[in-house]
Amino acid sequence: MSVFDPARAHPAPGATCARSAREHGHALPILHEIRHALERLLASGEETRIDLQSMPFGPGDLERLTAVLGQGEVQARVEALGPTLIQETAIPGVWLVDYRSLEDQRLSYQIEIATLPEILRPRPEDLAESLAALDARLSESGLDAAAPNASPSSS
Amino acid sequence: MRKRPDKTLGESLRDHGLSRRGFLKLCATTASLMALPPSLAPAIAAALEQARRPSVIWLSFQECTGCTESLTRSHAPTLEDLIFDFISLDYHHTLQAASGEAAEAARFQAMEENKGQYLVIVDGSIPGPDANPGFSTVAGHSNYDILMETVEHAAAVIAVGTCAAFGGLPQARPNPTGAMSVMDLVRDKPVINVPGCPPIPMVITGVVAHYLVFGRLPELDAYHRPLAFYGQSIHDRCYRRPFYDKGLFAERFDDEGARQGWCLYRLGCKGPTTYNACATMKWNDGTSWPIEAGHPCLGCSEPKFWDAGGFYEPVSVPLTLGPTTLLGAGAAGGVIGGGLAAMARKQVKQDAATRQPVTVDELEQKL
Repeated sequence: MSVFDPARAHPAPGATCARSAREHGHALPILHEIRHALERLLASGEETRIDLQSMPFGPGDLERLTAVLGQGEVQARVEALGPTLIQETAIPGVWLVDYRSLEDQRLSYQIEIATLPEILRPRPEDLAESLAALDARLSESGLDAAAPNASPSSS
Repeated sequence: MRKRPDKTLGESLRDHGLSRRGFLKLCATTASLMALPPSLAPAIAAALEQARRPSVIWLSFQECTGCTESLTRSHAPTLEDLIFDFISLDYHHTLQAASGEAAEAARFQAMEENKGQYLVIVDGSIPGPDANPGFSTVAGHSNYDILMETVEHAAAVIAVGTCAAFGGLPQARPNPTGAMSVMDLVRDKPVINVPGCPPIPMVITGVVAHYLVFGRLPELDAYHRPLAFYGQSIHDRCYRRPFYDKGLFAERFDDEGARQGWCLYRLGCKGPTTYNACATMKWNDGTSWPIEAGHPCLGCSEPKFWDAGGFYEPVSVPLTLGPTTLLGAGAAGGVIGGGLAAMARKQVKQDAATRQPVTVDELEQKL
């Protein structure tokens, strides 16, 4: 097992034949779809998600697409049911979201056209519980009781 | 635990410490798995929250275990996730720990306690009622008797692999064991065919996930295949299709066309008459698929593919049917019913009887 490199065993789709420089023409329609989605986002705030794994990409198509989109300033990682890697592209509002399993295998690879990818936002149910969560942690820490001018919790 | 779990999937996942973000991720990847648009993730979340794990009985008959091997390669969900989170797999020869009478007792218990609600998954063809039952038995009982007994109170039957769906290799001429498909034998239950030799693992789990999420069977084509995965031909989704359109073909496996990655049509590719999801879902965790590896599609998800002419001869079509009819057969929307099943079986037989090789030029004229 020690000589077995998991990263080589589970390459990203399309990466195996990246040597191919041939143009299969499948990146361009996706780029046009992204353009239309961006227009909708700017005009009405409507968000769009594109599942790249449902695309009939040939060798090199995915690399060609991501190369055109480029790399932006933001990278994020969410640890929930395995890692999810988020990369802003050079186009603001266009995000690459790579859902991976606990074994770091790709589950889904999507493009989100949104101000912020959905998985980065706190869930509304979690947000509703945030004050109670903070109060509980404050209480557990004992900091509020130890403070010189401690006052009873407002809640 | 044989009895259908009392907890919903949402409750069960929360008990396991799954966060709401984790649940959202599960729904996003489930949408991808079911070949649904990512925008449906919220609807999937609402459905999964209330879903209950169905009891599943997996029957293996005249098969090579390749379909189970394929299932164990599923990575989203993994086999472990499938068994522990999505379904209650109560009987499976190869995977279960129990054996002998204890194994059969598990099947009977699951049937009794989940009457009318359990799913039956079948891989392998079945020697028909008129065949010698000795060709394939389990615990001393014929495959036919076990199948009919088990499906009697099932909610639905999923035929996994081309052998279960269409008879497959055991049914190839001269069909020495009298092999029949599940839909040849089961007439009064919904039958979903998930053909392929083997099927793509994600398609197997995708069909189960669809039943779990929506509580009903997916939309099917005339051969009872889920349209979400079998709705388009390999040819139409093939990344080499632009070369076909330009008339650029590999003529041999070692010529310049092959090296350039041109269309494999003249090397016998059955992509134009084959409906499957290989071109998008691919194999080995989405790494590649036969055509990307330089080999023509064999058409393994189609009826009678073993008897449909040489694998390396240009595609054959039944001359008595127009190509439009043939190409449309898989894409045509279907509903579950005996009438359609009978039509499909009849067409399968007609197709096999009338297949004639045609030249590329002849086919292109028809297309």
